[in-house]
Amino acid sequence: MAVNSSIATGTKYDTNISKIISKKILPNWELYLFIIPSLIYFIVFHYAPMYGVQIAFKDFIASKGIWGSPWVGFEHFQRFFNSYYFWMLIKNTVGINLYSLAVGFPVPIILALMLNEAKDDLFKRTVQTVTYAPHFISTVVMVGMIIAFLSPSTGIVNKLIKALGGEPIAFMQEPQWFKTIYVFSGVWQDAGWGSIIYLAALAGIDPQLHEAAIMDGATRIQRIWHINIPGILPTVVILLILRTGSIMNIGFEKVFLMQNPLNMDTSDVISTYVYRSGLIQSQYSFSAAVGLFNSIINFDLLVLINSIARRVSETSLW
Amino acid sequence: MKETGADKIFNIINITLLTIVLITVLYPLIYVVSASISDPILVNQGKMWLLPKGITFEGYRRVFQYEEIWTGYRNTLFYTLLGTAINLFMTLTCAYPLSRKDFYGRNLFTALFTFTMFFSGGLIPTYLIIKKLGMINTIWTMMIPNAVAMWNIIITRTYFQNNIPTELQEAAMIDGCSTTRQFFSVVLPLSTPIIAVMALFYGVGHWNAFFNALIYLRDRNLYPLQLILREILIQQQMSAQMMMSGEDVEAMAVQAKIADIIKYAVMIVATLPVLAVYPLLQKYFVQGIMVGAIKG
Repeated sequence: MAVNSSIATGTKYDTNISKIISKKILPNWELYLFIIPSLIYFIVFHYAPMYGVQIAFKDFIASKGIWGSPWVGFEHFQRFFNSYYFWMLIKNTVGINLYSLAVGFPVPIILALMLNEAKDDLFKRTVQTVTYAPHFISTVVMVGMIIAFLSPSTGIVNKLIKALGGEPIAFMQEPQWFKTIYVFSGVWQDAGWGSIIYLAALAGIDPQLHEAAIMDGATRIQRIWHINIPGILPTVVILLILRTGSIMNIGFEKVFLMQNPLNMDTSDVISTYVYRSGLIQSQYSFSAAVGLFNSIINFDLLVLINSIARRVSETSLW
Repeated sequence: MKETGADKIFNIINITLLTIVLITVLYPLIYVVSASISDPILVNQGKMWLLPKGITFEGYRRVFQYEEIWTGYRNTLFYTLLGTAINLFMTLTCAYPLSRKDFYGRNLFTALFTFTMFFSGGLIPTYLIIKKLGMINTIWTMMIPNAVAMWNIIITRTYFQNNIPTELQEAAMIDGCSTTRQFFSVVLPLSTPIIAVMALFYGVGHWNAFFNALIYLRDRNLYPLQLILREILIQQQMSAQMMMSGEDVEAMAVQAKIADIIKYAVMIVATLPVLAVYPLLQKYFVQGIMVGAIKG
């Protein structure tokens, strides 16, 4: 394994602690000083909350603190599994993620393949500059734009629908539109940005492969199919693992901002539910249990998908 | 080389599709700009499709008269500048040891930090920690809980490994340079591209952030711009100060129209600073992503 080899290279495995300190740590003491701020940061803001997750198995009483509160075992989990919300939240969280994976994942790849074939440099750069730009618009402004464009009375989209002879649609009020609006506005905002990484991978493909293929009379499409796509496949697989590994982790911000009482049936996801039940209704323990359930499913999915990818394509995160 | 007929057709289709993509992305952007300086009545009637009609700067005038926008701007600017400085300090000092092969425990630290990318304690335990630290309703919640991102450390570490020759550092060491001197006099001067990329990534993050403010801030005077925007754009709340039209008789009708133009103007005002620096830094961040991506 790569992890162990670099420690072991060149030296016998050193068990003598004082020897390690004097030979390896002391000469580089400054490097340890360098890393201390980050170490403290990760311990306080990432590992301490992991430790604090025990609150999910307790009945949190503010006056007694996390440590003093009584244990209740899996009570909060059971309450969540049996609640009316459980299946709706799972369905929405997984549904929105799979939908945006199915639509949002391939688009940047296709865009990169197309940009790679555009030979006119100025045109190519123009498309790139313009398509990257929406990535820098804040979620708040983005959702503001969505609401303004989709407004049934004054929005441009409904103006267009009316101009074409259709009936205006109250997009934000009708639950069945929520996922589609979420996914396609996401594609609009991030497809260009997402394509950068694939363009980088495409730039790394050996030009000799293309020259040889041209000599053999391959068409553009054949070269894309047999050289470019296999060339970026490792990148695609890694990003796919990362993406599917967060299938339970729909970004809180945009969903939260797009939510309104009328579209709750399809817009309520686990993260917004955790926010509401935890911070708004102050059910700390219950909400932490819901959050923990989500994190565990997510982490398991990542491990599972990573191992599948390693077997199938010999590419994996670890 | 001669292009075959099939290749020519391919080219035409490709350029056509890319042009459609270009227009699809560009149109909403132009529309917002045009709507922000157009007569709101024409916009509402759907008479403004692309270029501004009945130009008026009323929306901007009202936005700039609104005090909370300015407070938000000032706060966001402060959070962005100080926050990014903290981010850069943390990222660079953490990535440097991790990039050195002679740093004993490097894999342990990397594993420890990377794990946090995939598993977290979640919202509530994090909230309780921050509460315990007494950071609720202070400016620090806008900067400290996101002081560094592991993903950016990885990109920076990779940059150091691939772009700063080890020989250069060894030579400096032989000349009597301490590790700290090496870092400041050899490594950092050669790292402008990655520093620019990180500054842009973190800076945009701070500029657009609203989540921590939503959870941890109560005092309106500390609100960043995005929280004020949320009230105007999403909760559709506008203060009397903003809506004041002067003529009471038509006030209602005028207000409805004014509300829209204010929204478009506010979108522009909030986004402009980011979009203004973006072209200047574009070559850096594309470079940076590529460095982090291929060899990561």
